[in-house]
Amino acid sequence: MSEKEIKNLEEIFEQRIANDEKIEPKDWMPEKYRKTHIRQISQHAHSEIVGMLPEGNWITRAPSLRRKAALLAKVQDEAGHGLYLYSACETLGISREELYDQLHTGKAKYSSIFNYPTVTWADIGAIGWLVDGAAIINQVPLCNTSFGPYARAMVRVCKEESFHQRQGYEIMLTLSKGTPEQKAMAQDALNRWWWPSLMMFGPTDAESVHTEQSMKWKLKRKTNDELRQQFIDQTVPQADLLGLTVPDPDLKWNEERGSYDFGEIDWDEFWQVVKGHGPCNKERMNTRVSAWENGAWVRDAAVAYAEKKEKAKSEVAQAS
Amino acid sequence: MEKKNWPLWEVFVRSKNGLEHRHFGSLHAADATMALENARDVYTRRNEGVSIWVVESKHITASNPENHGELFEPAQDKVYRHPTFYKLPDEVKHM
Amino acid sequence: MAMEKQSLYAYMLTLGDNALILGQRLGELCGHGPSLETDIALTNIALDLLGQTRSCFQYAAAQLEGKSEDDVAFSRKENQYTNVLLVEQPNTDFAYVITRQYFFDVYHLMLMEWLAVNSADETIKAIASKAVKEARYHRRFSSDWMLRLGDGTSESHQRVVQAVEDLWPYTQEFFVPSEAETLAAQAGIGPELSSFKEHYYNDVVSLLQKATIAVPENPYFQKGGKQGVHTEHMGYLLADLQYMQRTYPNMTW
Repeated sequence: MSEKEIKNLEEIFEQRIANDEKIEPKDWMPEKYRKTHIRQISQHAHSEIVGMLPEGNWITRAPSLRRKAALLAKVQDEAGHGLYLYSACETLGISREELYDQLHTGKAKYSSIFNYPTVTWADIGAIGWLVDGAAIINQVPLCNTSFGPYARAMVRVCKEESFHQRQGYEIMLTLSKGTPEQKAMAQDALNRWWWPSLMMFGPTDAESVHTEQSMKWKLKRKTNDELRQQFIDQTVPQADLLGLTVPDPDLKWNEERGSYDFGEIDWDEFWQVVKGHGPCNKERMNTRVSAWENGAWVRDAAVAYAEKKEKAKSEVAQAS
Repeated sequence: MEKKNWPLWEVFVRSKNGLEHRHFGSLHAADATMALENARDVYTRRNEGVSIWVVESKHITASNPENHGELFEPAQDKVYRHPTFYKLPDEVKHM
Repeated sequence: MAMEKQSLYAYMLTLGDNALILGQRLGELCGHGPSLETDIALTNIALDLLGQTRSCFQYAAAQLEGKSEDDVAFSRKENQYTNVLLVEQPNTDFAYVITRQYFFDVYHLMLMEWLAVNSADETIKAIASKAVKEARYHRRFSSDWMLRLGDGTSESHQRVVQAVEDLWPYTQEFFVPSEAETLAAQAGIGPELSSFKEHYYNDVVSLLQKATIAVPENPYFQKGGKQGVHTEHMGYLLADLQYMQRTYPNMTW
């Protein structure tokens, strides 16, 4: 293909997106588009399945049967989301095996929020409220993203996600209205999960590289800082309703801006965790790698059995 | 022993009041029985009374998309990546 | 002949405790399965069992004054749980998980089928009618996996043979009725468990043979769970299950 031909295809391609047309797996696409989407979708998928671990940690200790069932269902939903997203990613010509390999060797990232530990039951409430809340803000715009399979997976995910946030907030509400011990547990969880949740929106706009391209391809509608501000403005009143204090002494309503001013994020911590030095990075990876490697004999057995059945079937067919 | 992976299957579901099977997505399974069970577990957890079809992706022949230049791919195509997902309605609930 | 409230309560524990403890074991596996699809499948089973637990315990609690399903689930001492020993066995590896599940599912489906049709208690009948569909699916799932493991690779075969050897001694406890189960049978609310035994072993032996797994030659079967005499695993399992209630007693969650 000549450079001129490629340029022409690229122009048609960008025009299609500008016209709100969906790009489907078998459509021509620039290699950069394909690679960017593989990276973004796979990291999204990895986040879902690694995210099962901090919450799965409390399934056996959930304090009531109703909470146990809700938590099991939530974690299962996350596995399902991982599956929808891996499926969408595989349409771009990469296998599930390769994707897991990228995760296990650290080539691919996942949302660093999941590198924090869930040390009390209140953490489960805080995660549903704050982490799912932040995720929803990031995910809703993706329902209109340019790549068809990703957009449709996101519509499915968003439908299920709204219940997750409500469940988390309900846990926080119950704790806040409970005994002083329970309220203290809730406040402690908020103290530990607030800042990492803000970091979920990524570095400041000044430090972000891919923004322009992402906007064109509808992977992003607003900037990191805009989304972060949206999250804070939406969440602080929710904390007020709980009677809990957001752990930011600089948090203040700014009448002029119509938004909350907030304190400086510890970007050192952010980069340390991204680079692999958070409290649970190693543990999360070991768990995923072990599950995959220890499961190899199971997957092999299933394949071997299927092959034996196929062989037996074709022998019967031949004989008749 | 040569490492074998679970092949990819496409999942089609007809819901209780639906008129036809729609493509819901894909999953990996070692055989058809497992594919059906997995599909039921993954894609029908919130529905009652459905019909599920599973097909190994390699057995699907897909047409070329309209806008696509004939120059670059053969006429009869295997699913190089996946067939299109069914479009779900745009209703999204927020908290 | 109607049952005394105390006896009905005890019988509902018999039904609910197996589902509770087995569901608890499956809940430990979330995020650790050999594939994402298997993770989802096992969690589905856990959720079904937890649903059955809740139905049974809600009905059990209704026999007492001012008690809830959570009181029933979380506030008993170890020797007051009446689950069979099989369900408290640990998740040693996937072969153990599947074997434990299969051995349970064959019995559980028979029990639910009987209760759904024959129980003189309407509530139990309703609970069982819903549970039958779930148990049917669980048994299909676990049988299919027994075949895959037994007739898969030499490694999977070895592992499942080991699991079957180790868990086989726990299979007979199902058919030795506790006092509560005897009273339930007399009241027409529950089955004569001994009548299930032959059918159970016919089915299981037939599947094991199909899976090329040798049927263990076992002279002695373990029991005691129904009387509250558990294995060493139970203490640790309860330490997890009851942690929040013991550490923060009398609070609403």
